[in-house]
Amino acid sequence: MARKEYAFYPGCSSQKGASASNYLTSVESMCKTLDIKMTEIPDWNCCGASVSYAESGELPRIAMNARNFALAESNLPGQDIVATCAACWLGSRESKERLEHNSGLMADTQLALKEAGLQIKVIPEIKHMVEVLIEDFGYDELKKPVKKPLNGMKFAGYVGCQTNRPFGIVGESFENPMYLDKLIETVGGEAVPYDQKATCCGGALAFSEPEKAQAQIKDIIEAAYDGGAEMIVTPCPLCQANVEVYQGSINKKYGTKFDIPVLYYSQLMTLAYGGSAKEAALDGNVVRARKLEEFAGK
Amino acid sequence: MSDLNQKMAAKYQNNFLKEIEEQAEMGEWVKMCMQCGLCSGSCPTNFQAGWDHPPQELFMMIRAGKRDEVLKSNSMWMCTSCYNCYVRCPRKVPVTHVMHGIAEYAYRIGQSPKNQPTQHLSKTFWDNCTKTGRVNEVKLTQSLYFKDGIGSGIKKAMEMQSVALGLVKAKRLNLMEAVGLSHKCKDIKGIHAMLAKANELEAKRQADKAKA
Repeated sequence: MARKEYAFYPGCSSQKGASASNYLTSVESMCKTLDIKMTEIPDWNCCGASVSYAESGELPRIAMNARNFALAESNLPGQDIVATCAACWLGSRESKERLEHNSGLMADTQLALKEAGLQIKVIPEIKHMVEVLIEDFGYDELKKPVKKPLNGMKFAGYVGCQTNRPFGIVGESFENPMYLDKLIETVGGEAVPYDQKATCCGGALAFSEPEKAQAQIKDIIEAAYDGGAEMIVTPCPLCQANVEVYQGSINKKYGTKFDIPVLYYSQLMTLAYGGSAKEAALDGNVVRARKLEEFAGK
Repeated sequence: MSDLNQKMAAKYQNNFLKEIEEQAEMGEWVKMCMQCGLCSGSCPTNFQAGWDHPPQELFMMIRAGKRDEVLKSNSMWMCTSCYNCYVRCPRKVPVTHVMHGIAEYAYRIGQSPKNQPTQHLSKTFWDNCTKTGRVNEVKLTQSLYFKDGIGSGIKKAMEMQSVALGLVKAKRLNLMEAVGLSHKCKDIKGIHAMLAKANELEAKRQADKAKA
C-alpha cells in the first residue's frame, strides 16, 4: 500500500496535450518516488476558473465544483482531494467554504446535482499538491530521497497569486511566502531573493488585456534576473505559461533579451530524485532549460 | 435586458447602494469600506494604468448614487483575481469578489460596456468549459482571437504564431482540439441537466430578489 492516497483533481490544463501537460508528467514522477498514490476523480469537470464569474452566476459555478466533490466522495471515500492547479484549488475551496456556510446554497446545489444523479454528503478536504508535500510530508521527508542535489543552481521562486491568496499555505505570510524557497533549498538549489515573488502575472487577462499583462510579466522576469536567477520556478500552471510563453513578445516590444526557463517545483524535485529529463518533462518547456537537461543526462 | 435595467432603476429610485447590496453578489460588503485605499494601492493593474476608478473609489461612487458611472465603467473588468486587495483589506471586505459581483450585475442588466474584452473572455470561457465539461484550449484561443472578426483574428493569430508553435513543439497545444478531438467528460448529458437546473434556480433567486 502507498504511503498516502488522494483523490486527484488534475484540472483542464494538466491533461495530455494540454498547456500544463509537463506539470502532470513531473507530478506523476515525483509522486512515484514519494510513494503517493493519486487516483483521478472519475469524470471530473472544469472548476470554472475565476474569470467565468460574469457569465456563470454563483450557483452554476458552485454546482460544477460540487459535482467533483460528489464524484470524489462516492468513488474515493475518505480521501482528500488534491489539486495541482492554483485555480482548481481556489475554485474548489471557495465552493466548499460557501456551501458549508450557506444552507440555502447547499440545498439548491443538491437539487442541481440530483439532475446528474449525484449528491453531497460530506465535502472532502481540498488540498493543493504543495500542501501535501509540506504538511503531510514535511521538508525533512522530502529531502530523504534526494540523490542528485541541484547544487549551485540559482532559482527565483515565483509563488504568484492563487496558491498564495486568499487561502495560502498554513504558517506562511501573504506578503513573503517562504515555502517555495524552502522547497528549492530542499532539493539543493539556491533560492535568490527578489521583489516580485507574489506579484500577479495578469492571470486570465493575459488573453483579454495582453499589453497590461505583459507589462506585469516583464516586471517579474526583470526582477528574477536582477536577483541573479538562472531559472524561475512556480507552483501554478497559469503563472508558468504566462511567464514563459510571452517572453518573445515582450522582447519584441520592449527590446529586452529575456530567455529564462520557467519550471514547476515538481520538475526540480523529479530531477533531484534522480529522474530523467523525460520523467521531469523538460521537453515540455518552451524556453528550454539547457542546464537542467545537461544535469539530467549526467 | 434594458427592461431589467429600467425596472431596477425604478425599484431603487436614488438608492444605488441598496441596489448593489441586494442585487450584486457580495454587494452587501460595500458599506464596510472605510476609504483607506489599500485595495487601490495593492492592485496590479493599477500600476499599469488599468483602472478608471480603483475599488475604493467605486465603493464611494456607489454610496454617492453614481449609478451610470459605476455600471458602465470598465474598471471592475480589469480585475485579474489576484486577491491582493482581498487579503490586505483591514475591514476584511472581499474586494475581489465584490468587483466580480458588480461587474456581473452590470452585465446582467445590460449596462456593462459593449465588447469589453474580459467580459467576452468570461462568456467564452464559461461556454467553452461547460460544453463538454472540460476546457478545449484550442477553441478557447480561437474564439478569443476572432472576437472582432476574421481580419483582426488572423492578424492576432499571426502575431501569436511563434507562441503557438512553441507550445505545439512542446506538446502543450493539441491542434486536433480545433476539430473537437479534445478532452471531454463522459457524462456531458448529466452536466448539462445539472447546469440547466442550476441556471433555473439562479434565475429564481434573482427574480425573488428583484421582486421583494
